[in-house]
Amino acid sequence: MSTAASAPPAAPGLGAAGVTQRFGARTALRDVSFAAAPGELVAVIGPNGAGKTTLLSILAGIQRPSAGTVHPPAGDVGWVPQQPAIYRKLSVAENLRLFARLERVADPGAAVRRALALTGLADRAGDELGRLSTGNQQRVNIAVGLLADPPVLLLDEPSSSLDPRQREVLWEFVGRLAEGGTTVVFSTHNVGEAERYADRVLVLADGELLFGGTPSELEQEIGPAAGAVRDFEAAFVAFLHARGH
Amino acid sequence: MRWLLLKDVQILRRSPLLVALLVVYPVAISLLIGVALSRGPDRPKVAFVNDVAPGTGIISVGGREIDATRYAERLFETVDPIPVDTRAEALALVRSGEALGALIVPEDVARKLQGALSLSGAPERPTVEVVYNVEGPLKGEFVESLIDSRLAEANQALSASVTEVAAGYLRILLDGGGFSLLGQEFEVLGLRRTQAIVDTALRGLPPGDPDRAALERVRRFAGLAIDNLDLTDAVLTSVSAPVRVKRTVLEGGGTSLDAFAVAVSVAVSLMFVCVLLAAGMLALEREEHAFGRLVRGLVSRTTLVVEKALLAAACAFAVGLAMLLVVGTFVALDWGRFPLWMAALAGGALAFAALGVAVGGLAREVRAASLLAVLLTLPMAFLALVPSGAVAQGLYSVISVVSALFPFKPTLQALDAALNDSDPGLLQPLAHLAALTVGFGAIARVALRRFG
Repeated sequence: MSTAASAPPAAPGLGAAGVTQRFGARTALRDVSFAAAPGELVAVIGPNGAGKTTLLSILAGIQRPSAGTVHPPAGDVGWVPQQPAIYRKLSVAENLRLFARLERVADPGAAVRRALALTGLADRAGDELGRLSTGNQQRVNIAVGLLADPPVLLLDEPSSSLDPRQREVLWEFVGRLAEGGTTVVFSTHNVGEAERYADRVLVLADGELLFGGTPSELEQEIGPAAGAVRDFEAAFVAFLHARGH
Repeated sequence: MRWLLLKDVQILRRSPLLVALLVVYPVAISLLIGVALSRGPDRPKVAFVNDVAPGTGIISVGGREIDATRYAERLFETVDPIPVDTRAEALALVRSGEALGALIVPEDVARKLQGALSLSGAPERPTVEVVYNVEGPLKGEFVESLIDSRLAEANQALSASVTEVAAGYLRILLDGGGFSLLGQEFEVLGLRRTQAIVDTALRGLPPGDPDRAALERVRRFAGLAIDNLDLTDAVLTSVSAPVRVKRTVLEGGGTSLDAFAVAVSVAVSLMFVCVLLAAGMLALEREEHAFGRLVRGLVSRTTLVVEKALLAAACAFAVGLAMLLVVGTFVALDWGRFPLWMAALAGGALAFAALGVAVGGLAREVRAASLLAVLLTLPMAFLALVPSGAVAQGLYSVISVVSALFPFKPTLQALDAALNDSDPGLLQPLAHLAALTVGFGAIARVALRRFG
C-alpha cells in the first residue's frame, strides 16, 4: 500500500490524519489517513457501507470525527452532496445568491454570475430549479459548492443520477476545475469513472483504507493474479477479495 | 438568519395553494368551532295538534278560572310549532323529517286537569302525547331532554297558579274578606277578626262566668290556627318551587360565550398555522437535502430552529391578528385591551411554533411532520376544552397534566384573559407559554442532532 498512511500535506490541499468515526459500537471509519495535493483528482471507491460518505462528510465538516484531524478546516472546503442540496422552489439564480450570501462571499452578485457562466446555465438563471433536468440540477448543486471559490471540492457520488451524456459533461467540468488548481475528492460506485478521471484512488472497505495510489498501481497491487483480470473493475473486485472483503 | 427567512418567504410565495390551505383550513375549522360554541341549536320544528275545543280549556280552581291553554305556550318558547289539525298529519310531518317531533293535546285535557285539581270523583291525570323519531342516540337524547324540560316548566307554571289561588283563599280564611263562588258573593269573617271578637267578649265576662271556659277554647283554637296559617304562604311557595339556586362563581367567569368562542377560534388557528408551518418548513430543509450543506458552517442548528420558529410564529400572529380584527367588528370586544391581545397572540404563536419545530425535527419528513402535527394538535385542543366535572376526577387530573404540557390551554387562557379579563390573568399563561417555548425549542435542537 503506497500512500494510505501518508501524513497530511502542508496547505493548500487536503489531508486527513488518523480519522476514526464510531457510531455506538459500530466503527464506520478506522484510522484513515491520506493527503491530496492542489489540482489533484482523488476518487474514493469501495463497496456499499465502506464508509465513503462518512469520510467525505467528515472532510466537509458535517460530522465531527471520533478521533483524528482534518486539514483544511471546513470553511475552506466546497461540499457537493450526492442529492442536489438546493431549493426546488427557488430559481437557479436565487439558489446561487442565497448560498453566496450564507457563505458571506464578498460580492454575491459577481459570484452568481461566475457560477452561472461556469455551469453554462446563464440562460436558465430565472427558471425554478424543480423544472430543470436532473443533470442541470446537479450542475447547480456543484456550482453552489464552488461559490466561495474553495481550494478543495468534495463531491459525494456526483454522477449517480446522471445519464452517460450528462456524466461526460460533469467530468469535463470537474476536470477543468482540477486543471485550475482545485483539489477534487469524489466518491463513486462507478469504478470505471475512478479509473478514467481520477489521478489517485482511495479504496475503503468496512471503514478501513486498504489502498491509496494511482489506478494502475491498484492493478499492480493484485500481483500475479493481475494478468488474469480483464479490466480495472475486475482488478478492483479481485483486490477486495484478496483482502478478505 | 435574514437570508434564510427571505428564502422561506420566497418558497411560501411560490406555493400559493399550500399557503392558502394553511390559512383557509385552520380559519375555517376555528370559525366552525367558534360558531358551534357560541350558538345553540336552532328552534326545532314541532308539529302541534290541539284537540281542545275553543273556550273549553278553562279550568276552575276555588272559583277562579285559569286558561290551561296559556300554559301550553310554555312548550313553544324554544320550539317552532307547526299547527296541524289531526294526529295523522302530525305523524306524517315527523316521518318526513319536516318536524322534529309532534305534540298532541287531547280534547279531555282540561276536564281531567279540572278533576285532578278539584280532587272530585276518581281524579285522572291529564296526558299529552309526544311523538318523535329516534334516528340516533344523540337526537333521541336531545328531543327527550327538550320535551322533559319544557313540560317541567309548563307544569311548574300551572302549579304556581294553583298555589297562588290556594294561598289567596287561605289569606281570606286568616284575615277575612269577600269572594265569589258559583255567582254568589260571600263575606268571610277570618280567624284574626274571630279572635278579636272573642277577646272582646271574654273581657266583658265576669271571672266566674260559665261561658268563659268555652270562649277560652275558641280563642286558643283561633290563635293556634293563625300561628300555623301564617306560615302557609311560605310553605305553598316552597312546594311550587322547592329549591332556589344561589350561584357563586369561584374561578373564571366574566366571559361571554361569544367572546370565549372568539378565543377558541383564534387559538385553533394559531395552533394549526404555527405547528404545520414550523414542522413542515424544518422538515423541508432535510427533504431538500440542504440541511447538511447549511449546518456545515453556514448557519448553526440553533439558528435554523429559531428561524423556522420565528417564521411560523410571525405568519400565525398575522393570521390570528387578522381574525381578531375581523371578528371584532361582529362580536363586542374591548378594543382598549388591544396591546394585551398582541401579547397573548405573540406568546401563543411562539409556543406553538416551538412545538412545530420539535415535531419537524422528530418527524424529519414533511409528510410525516404534517401528519404528526395534526395527530398531536387536534387531541391537544379537544382535551384542553374538557371542563372540570365533565369527567371523573382522576381522568380530569390526567387531562390537566397533559393539557399543561402543550401550548393550547395556556394560549386559550392567555387569549381569554387578554380579550375578557378573565382568570387567571395574562401573566401566568404567558409564563407557562414561555416555559413551553424553551422546552419544545430544546427538544427541536436535540432532534436536529440526528436530522442529517
